[in-house]
Amino acid sequence: MTRINLTVDGSNVSDDVEPRMLLVQYLREKLGKTGTVIGCDTSNCGACTVHLDGVSVKSCNVLAVQADGHEVTTIEGLAQDGELHQMQKSFRECHGLQCGFCTPGMIMQSVDLLKNNPHPSEEEIRVGLEGNLCRCTGYHNIVKSVQHAAAQGGAQ
Amino acid sequence: MTLTEDEMTQAAPDATKEIGKDRRRKEDQRLITGRTRWTDNITLPGMLHLAMVRSPFAHATITNIDKSAAEASPNVVRVITGADVAEEQGGLPNAWPITPDQVTPNHPPIAVDRVVFAGEIVAVIVARTPAEARDAAELVDIDYDELPAALDLKEAAEDKVLAHPDLGTNKSAFWKFDSAEAGTGGNVDEAIAKARGDGIVIEREYRQQRLIPAFMEPRSTVVDPTGEQITMWSATQIPHILKFLLAAVTGVSESKIRVIAPDVGGGFGGKLQTTPEEFITFLVARKLGKPVKYTETRSESLMAAHHGRDQWQKLTLAAEKDGTVTGFKVELLADLGSHVSLVGGGVPVLGAFMFNSIYKFPAYQFSVQTVLTNKTWTDAYRGAGRPEATYAIERIMDELAAEVGVDPLVIREQNWITHEEFPFTSVAGLEYDSGNYEAATARAKELFGYDELRAEQKRRRESGDQVQLGIGVSTFTEMCGLAPSRVLGSLDYGAGGWEHASVRMLPTGKVEVLTGTSAHGQGHETAFSQIVADRLGVAFEDVEVLHGDTMVSHKGLDTYGSRSLVVGGEAIVKAADKVIEKAKPIAAHLLEASVDDIEFEAGRFSVKGTDQGLAMAEIALATFAAHNLPDGVEPSLDSDATFDPVNFNYPHGTHLCAMEVDTETGQVKMRKYAACDDIGNIINPLIVSGQVHGGLVQGIAQALWEEAVHDDAGTLVTGSFVDYLLPTSADTISFDLDHTTSPSTTNTLGTKGVGEAGTIASTPAVVNAVVDAVRHLGVNDVRMPCTPERVWKAINDARGGAQAETVGAAAPHFDESTGMDGTVDRTTGGTDS
Ligand code: FES
Ligand code: FES
Repeated sequence: MTRINLTVDGSNVSDDVEPRMLLVQYLREKLGKTGTVIGCDTSNCGACTVHLDGVSVKSCNVLAVQADGHEVTTIEGLAQDGELHQMQKSFRECHGLQCGFCTPGMIMQSVDLLKNNPHPSEEEIRVGLEGNLCRCTGYHNIVKSVQHAAAQGGAQ
Repeated sequence: MTLTEDEMTQAAPDATKEIGKDRRRKEDQRLITGRTRWTDNITLPGMLHLAMVRSPFAHATITNIDKSAAEASPNVVRVITGADVAEEQGGLPNAWPITPDQVTPNHPPIAVDRVVFAGEIVAVIVARTPAEARDAAELVDIDYDELPAALDLKEAAEDKVLAHPDLGTNKSAFWKFDSAEAGTGGNVDEAIAKARGDGIVIEREYRQQRLIPAFMEPRSTVVDPTGEQITMWSATQIPHILKFLLAAVTGVSESKIRVIAPDVGGGFGGKLQTTPEEFITFLVARKLGKPVKYTETRSESLMAAHHGRDQWQKLTLAAEKDGTVTGFKVELLADLGSHVSLVGGGVPVLGAFMFNSIYKFPAYQFSVQTVLTNKTWTDAYRGAGRPEATYAIERIMDELAAEVGVDPLVIREQNWITHEEFPFTSVAGLEYDSGNYEAATARAKELFGYDELRAEQKRRRESGDQVQLGIGVSTFTEMCGLAPSRVLGSLDYGAGGWEHASVRMLPTGKVEVLTGTSAHGQGHETAFSQIVADRLGVAFEDVEVLHGDTMVSHKGLDTYGSRSLVVGGEAIVKAADKVIEKAKPIAAHLLEASVDDIEFEAGRFSVKGTDQGLAMAEIALATFAAHNLPDGVEPSLDSDATFDPVNFNYPHGTHLCAMEVDTETGQVKMRKYAACDDIGNIINPLIVSGQVHGGLVQGIAQALWEEAVHDDAGTLVTGSFVDYLLPTSADTISFDLDHTTSPSTTNTLGTKGVGEAGTIASTPAVVNAVVDAVRHLGVNDVRMPCTPERVWKAINDARGGAQAETVGAAAPHFDESTGMDGTVDRTTGGTDS
C-alpha cells in the first residue's frame, strides 16, 4: 500500500492504495466518483478521460500513485458553482449524447481540445476526438457540439 | 431538418404543440454532469464480486478442474464449477424455436463437462473485491481434452465436424417461405427457368460477416437477495422479459423477483439477451445470501456477449430483358454459433419478409438453414435480419442495373411500388400501410447533388483518374415496431408484442407516465413527455416518465425492434385518453353541466358554448380530495392501457453515398452521404436525426471496417478494441439528411420506427458505391468489410483478366480465390471468417 495525497474536483483526498491500482479505479471505487466510467481494457475507448493538472488523460492509463500530488478534474467537477461548463451545455444543446456512457470522457476530451485550439475546423475536431469512441451518435452531433461550444467561446 | 412538401406531408409543426418540437432531452442533465447510475456504479454493504474463468478452447472436454489454489487465494469466498451446480443452474432459454423440430443444445450458464466456444464460462470466483476475484481466476487449474471444432459455416452445414457431437448434426432448423405455397405470389423456380430462356438471371453469393454489437457500457449485473424480493440490476434492454425468464428457469416465484435496468449504456440488440452472467450472479447471490456484482471487461464482452449477422446469402434474381424483376430466390445459411440463444434462431426469419423490399416481385422464395458452430453465439444486432435482407436486395438490384445498362435508380423505379398503390400487400404477405418512394428519392437526389456527382464520375472515368468516384444507392424499407402478437405467434415466437403504459395524475397536477419500454439512449423520457403534454394539455416539464424497473412499471415487453414509440408510445396515448374520459364526468359534476356538454381542449375541460371550465390540474386535485365527486365515480384518474398493433410499420428511405476509391492502393474514402427517410410523423426531430446518424455509422462500419474474426483454432482474434475496429470520429463524416412524411396508419400518432433504419439502409449504399467506382475495371463485388486489401485485390484480379468481362446474363462466373461474386456452389465456396 502506498499513501497518496491529491486534489480531486477541488477536494483534497488522501488514501492508501495498492501500487497497481489505476486512477480510474481509485476514482470509482475509493472516491465514489462514478461519473467517470470504464469502457475498455486496452486504453482505446476514452470513456475514462479526466484532466490531470488541466490536461486530458485516460485515467485507465494512469496509476493512482502517479496522481499523487496532482490535481484531477472529472466530469463531476467540471461545472462551477452550479453553472454548467459551456461544453456540457453544448452537448445538451446539440444532442451530442444518447446513452451518455461515452459522454464524460468525450466532454473532458473536447474541453481539452478547445483549450489547445479554440477555433478548430471540423477535421481538427474529428482528429482531436479520435481516441474517444462513441457507439450511439455516429459522431455527427458530437462534432456539432464542439463547434457550438467553440462558437460560444467555450475554450476558457 | 426541413419538411418536404407533398400531399402526404405532416403539417408544419404547431408552435403550441409539443409534438414536432426539437426539445432538448430531459435525460441529459444527469448524463453530462456524471450523475449517473450505471449498474457497475452500484455498491451495497457486504457486496461480493465475481470473476469468470473462461475456456480458451472452442471445443474441448473438461477432464479436471483443480480449484484449491484459487480457493486459498486472499479473500476468496467460493469457487464454483459447472459440476458443483449442475443440478440447480438450469439452462438458458430459447424463446424462438423457429420450427417444431429445431435442434436446440442445452445451454448451461457454467459449462459442465464440455466447452463449445472460446470464452464459455467454466468456473466462477466469488471474492471480496473485483481485483481479488480476478487474481484468483488465474489460479484455477483446468485440464481440457481438445476436440475438433466446427468453425467454418459452410463446412459446419455439411456436418463435417460436429459442434455438439451428442446432437448428431449441426443443422438446427430449416425454415422456408414460398409465395406460391402461401398464395401471395407465383412460383419462383418457374420464373427463373423462364428468365434463363428469354430474360436475365443474376446469381450471386454474398457474405454477411460476423459483427459485434459493442455497446459502450460493458454488461454488468448486481443481485441483492437480502429483501423479500430478490433485486437484480442489470445492463439490459429487457428487464421485464428477464424477470419472467429468471422465474421460469430458476423456479423462483415471479412475484419474488424485481429487475431494474438503471442507466444502460447502449444495446443495439446486444443487450436483448438473458445471459449466463445474469443467471450465475442470481444463483450465487441466492446461495450466499449476500449482494453480488459481476462486471465484464471489454475483452470478455467482445468474446462472450452475443455476436450478430454471420450469414451466407445465395441469391437468384430473375428478370425480363428490360429489367422488370419476375422472381427472387433467397437461400441462406445462418451461423448460430454455439447455442440457439434467446431469439437468435429467429433473426434470419425477421429478414424473411424483407428481401423483396419495396419492389413488386411476382414470385419470391426464402429459405434459411440455421447452423451450430463452435463460436460465440449470435443473436440480434441492430436491424436483426433486416440489414441482411436489405443488403442482399439492394446489392443485387445494382447488379441488375449494370446488366441492363441503366442507372440503379431507374431499375428501382421500374420495380418499386408507386405511392398510389398503398396500402400494398407484398409478395411476402405483408401489408405495407404507407410510403412514397418517389418523393423520398427525389429529395435524396436533390440533397446529394446526384446529377453533378454522376457527371464528375463520368469525367474521372474518362480521364482515367487514379482516384475513381462511385455512387451507391439504397432504397430500403423495413418492418418494425415488433409488434402484432398474432403474427409473432404464427412465427412460433414465445411471447407477444404488445406494450403497456400507465398514466398517473398526481394531486399537484404533475403526471407520472409508466412505460413498459426500457430506454438505453433513445430519449424516451423526452419524447414520451412531449406526447403526454399534448394529449393531456399539461406542461412538458410536468411529465415524468418512469421505466426500467419491474416494480414501478410492472408490465412491459421492453425495447428492441424499433418498437418503443410505435407500440409503447401508442399505449401511452391510449392510457392518457382514458384519463381524459375518467375526468370528464368529474368535470361535468363540478361545473354543474351534463357530461355530453363537456369538451376537452388544450388541458381544459369546458362547458360547450360557455367560458366556464376547469384545468386538468384542478380536476386532479378535486379527484384526490374526493370531497365532491359524482356518485359511483372512483376517486382516481389513473389509467392503464395495453396496446397490440394489428400490423408492423414500414419506414423507408433513399440513401445515396459517394465513395472515392484509389485504384492503386485500394484505399476508400467517403465523400458524401445523403439520405431522405420517411418515418411517418416525427415526435422530436432532434432525437430522430440522432438515431439516424448513429444507425448510419453502424451500417457504414459493417461495409468498411468491422468483422469478428476467429483463427483456425476458434479463438477470437478481434478480441479487443485494438483489433475490432469501431469507427472513430476521424473515420466518419457529417451527413446530409432530410425526411418526407407518409404517416403510418397502424397507430394514431402516425409514427414509424427509426432506431434501426440508418443501419439497415447504409451498408448496401456504401458497398454499392465502392463497387460502382471500379465496376468499369471489371469488378462487381467486394466482400465486406471493404478493406484496402480487398478492394485492391478485387481491382487487381479484374485487371488480370479473371473478372474482366461484364457479368453474363445467365451464368456469371465466380472467382473462388477472391470470394468475389457469382454462382457459388456452397460446397466449394470461399473460406469462412
Ligand atoms: S477505459 Fe480508459 S480508454 Fe477505455
Ligand atoms: S452516447 Fe452512447 S456511446 Fe456515446
